[in-house]
Amino acid sequence: MGRKGKLKNKLFLFLPISLMALLGLFLTFKRFYYGLGSVTNLSDAFPWGLWVGFDVVCGVALAAGGFILTAIVYLFNAERYKPVLRPAILTAFLGYILVAVGLLFDLGKPWNIWHPMVMYNPHSVMFEVAWCVILYLSVLALEFGSIVAEALKWKKVVNIFHAVAVPLVLTGVLLSTLHQSSLGSLFLIVPQKLHPLWYSSLLPLHFFLSAVAVGFATVILESYTSSKFLKRGLELDLLVDLGRFLWFALVVHLTVRWQDLFVSGALANYRPGSLEAIAFNLEMALLIGAVVLLTIRRTHRSKLGLFFAAMFALFGVIVNRLNVSIVGMLSDTQSGYFPAFSEIIITAFLAMMGFVAFFTCVHFLPIFPQEDHNAKAELKVQLSA
Amino acid sequence: MDSYGLLIDFSACIGCKACMKACKEANNLPGDPGDHLSYSDYTVVKQQGDVFYRQMCMHCLTPTCVSVCPVGAMAKSPEGAITYDGSKCFGCRYCMVACPFSIPKYEWNKAVPVVRKCILCYSRIKEGKEPACAWVCPMGATRFGKRDRLLEIAHTRIARWPDRYIDHVFGEQEVGGTSVLMISPIAFSDIGMRNTLPNEPLPNLTWTILRKIPNIVITGGIVVGGVWWVINRRMELEKENSNGKEGKVEK
Ligand code: SF4
Ligand code: SF4
Repeated sequence: MGRKGKLKNKLFLFLPISLMALLGLFLTFKRFYYGLGSVTNLSDAFPWGLWVGFDVVCGVALAAGGFILTAIVYLFNAERYKPVLRPAILTAFLGYILVAVGLLFDLGKPWNIWHPMVMYNPHSVMFEVAWCVILYLSVLALEFGSIVAEALKWKKVVNIFHAVAVPLVLTGVLLSTLHQSSLGSLFLIVPQKLHPLWYSSLLPLHFFLSAVAVGFATVILESYTSSKFLKRGLELDLLVDLGRFLWFALVVHLTVRWQDLFVSGALANYRPGSLEAIAFNLEMALLIGAVVLLTIRRTHRSKLGLFFAAMFALFGVIVNRLNVSIVGMLSDTQSGYFPAFSEIIITAFLAMMGFVAFFTCVHFLPIFPQEDHNAKAELKVQLSA
Repeated sequence: MDSYGLLIDFSACIGCKACMKACKEANNLPGDPGDHLSYSDYTVVKQQGDVFYRQMCMHCLTPTCVSVCPVGAMAKSPEGAITYDGSKCFGCRYCMVACPFSIPKYEWNKAVPVVRKCILCYSRIKEGKEPACAWVCPMGATRFGKRDRLLEIAHTRIARWPDRYIDHVFGEQEVGGTSVLMISPIAFSDIGMRNTLPNEPLPNLTWTILRKIPNIVITGGIVVGGVWWVINRRMELEKENSNGKEGKVEK
C-alpha cells in the first residue's frame, strides 16, 4: 500500500472519530450548562432513561468478563485461559470507567459524587451500588496497574502485585457479585411500577446469573475478535470449553427465570402484541437461541458458531437490562419515553472513547502477553493499515 | 405515636385553590399555580366529576424516599415531616423512581438542580404554626393535627355520614401508613391513587436483601478462598510429585 493509501485510510478513521468527539463535547457542554432537560427526554414521569439503563446498568453487565476470568485464572488456577486474561481486565477497567463517566453525565449534581462515601445510608441499594463502583474500580485499577508496571519494567511493583494478586482478585470477585446483583436490587422497590414480566423478588439473583453468562460471552467475543484482527486469542478447544461454560450459565439462568415466572404467575400478564410482549420475546429468543447454538455440536465446535452464540447471549442480556430499566417501566408511568437524539449521541460518544482507549492500550501495553517485537511491529502495521 | 399529619376531606373541598397559592408563598415557588405537581407546585387541586381533590407528598410513616436516598438527603423529622436537604443530594433521582406516589419532582432545566417536594412546611411546624395549606383552608378541608387524633376524626366522619364517604381512610394502612390522611366521596382509584399498594412498607422489600450482604461477603469469601486453597494445594503437591521439576503443571 502506498503512502497515499495509508493517509487515506487514516483519514477514513480519523474524520468520523473527531467529528463524533466534537459533537460529543458540544453536547457535554450543553448538558452541564443548561441542565439535563436540554439534552435528554427525561421527565418527572420518567426520571431514569438511556444513561442509567444502558450506560450504567448494561455497562456493568458488559464488564462481567473481568471478574469471571480473573476468578478462573487466579482462583481456580486454570492457567490455560491466561492469554485472554489481560484483555478481559482491560475491558472491565475501561467498562467501569465508562460507567463512572456515564454516572457523571446522569447525576444531577455529579460534583457531589463523593457524598455516599461520607454520608451513610446502608438501607439504600443506591448506596451499595455507589460503594461497589468505587471499590471495584479501585481493584480494577490495581489489576490494570500491574500491567502498566510490567510495561515500565518496575520489577519491585510487579512483585508486590504478584504477592497480593489472590486476595485482590478474591475481593474483586466478591465486589462484582454484589454489584451485579445490586443493580437488580435497585428495582425491588418498584413492585407497582415495573411490569410483572420483569418484576420479581429474585431480581438480584437473575441479574447475577445472567451477568455470569455475559462474562463468558464477552470473553469468547474478545478472543474471537482479537484472533481475527490482532492474530491473537485462544485455541479453538479452549473456546469450545468456554462455550460449554456459557451454555451452562445460560441454562441455569433461564431455568431459574422461568421457574420464577411460572411460580409467580407473571405470565398471566403476557399480552400478545403489546410492547412488553415483544420485548420479552426478543429477550427470550436471543437467550434461548444462544443455548440452541451451543447445544448443536456443529455450531458449538466452530468459531463462527461460538461467535454467534456469544453475540446472542450478550444481546439477550442487554435487552433484558433495557427491559427492566426502561421498557418495563413505560406502561405504568405512561410517559412514552424514548431517548433523545443527543442522549444517544452522548452514549455513542462515550462508547467510542472506550474503543479508542482500548486500542491505544493494546498498542502501548503488553495486553497480549506472548507478544514479541515482531508481533508488535505486525500489530502496528495492522492498526495503521 | 406522637407525630403530626394532615387530614384532607375531599367532600369539604370547594376547589378554591387557596392552599396552592399559600404553598407557593410559603415555599417561595415561582409562577402561577399549575395543573400538575412539578418543581414549582408542591400541591395541586384537581377535579373529578364534582369532587375536588388534592395531591401532595403523603409523608409516609416508613418513607420509601428516605430509605432509597444513598446520601440521606431525604430524612424523616420526629414530627413526621419528610424533609429534603439539597446540599447533600447528588441528583441520582432514585427517590423519584421509588416513591410509590411518584411525588418528588426535579429541576430538569437547571445547571444546579435539586429535587422538589412538599416538606410539610417543616420550618413553620417548628415555630409552632400549621403548614400553610391547612392554615389557609377556608373550609377546614385540610386540617393539621396529631395523626392519631386526625384518624379518629376521619373514622367518626365516615361513621356519621356513611353516604357522604366511601369507607376508607387513605393513608391509614397504605405502605405502612402515611401522615397525610384522605377521606373521599369517590373511590381513590378514580382519582389516580393506586389500589395495589401493600400495607407493608416498601423499604422492607430491599432491606430483606441488603441486610444479608455481610453474610454473603463472609460466606462467599470463605467458600471461594477455600476453593482456591484446595486447588492451589493440589497443584503444589503435583509439582512436588513431579520431582521438583520447574514450571507449571498444566501447559
Ligand atoms: S409520598 Fe413519596 S416523597 Fe412523600 S414521603 Fe412518601 S415516599 Fe417520600
Ligand atoms: S435524587 Fe437526591 S434526594 Fe433523591 S435519592 Fe438521589 S440523592 Fe437522594
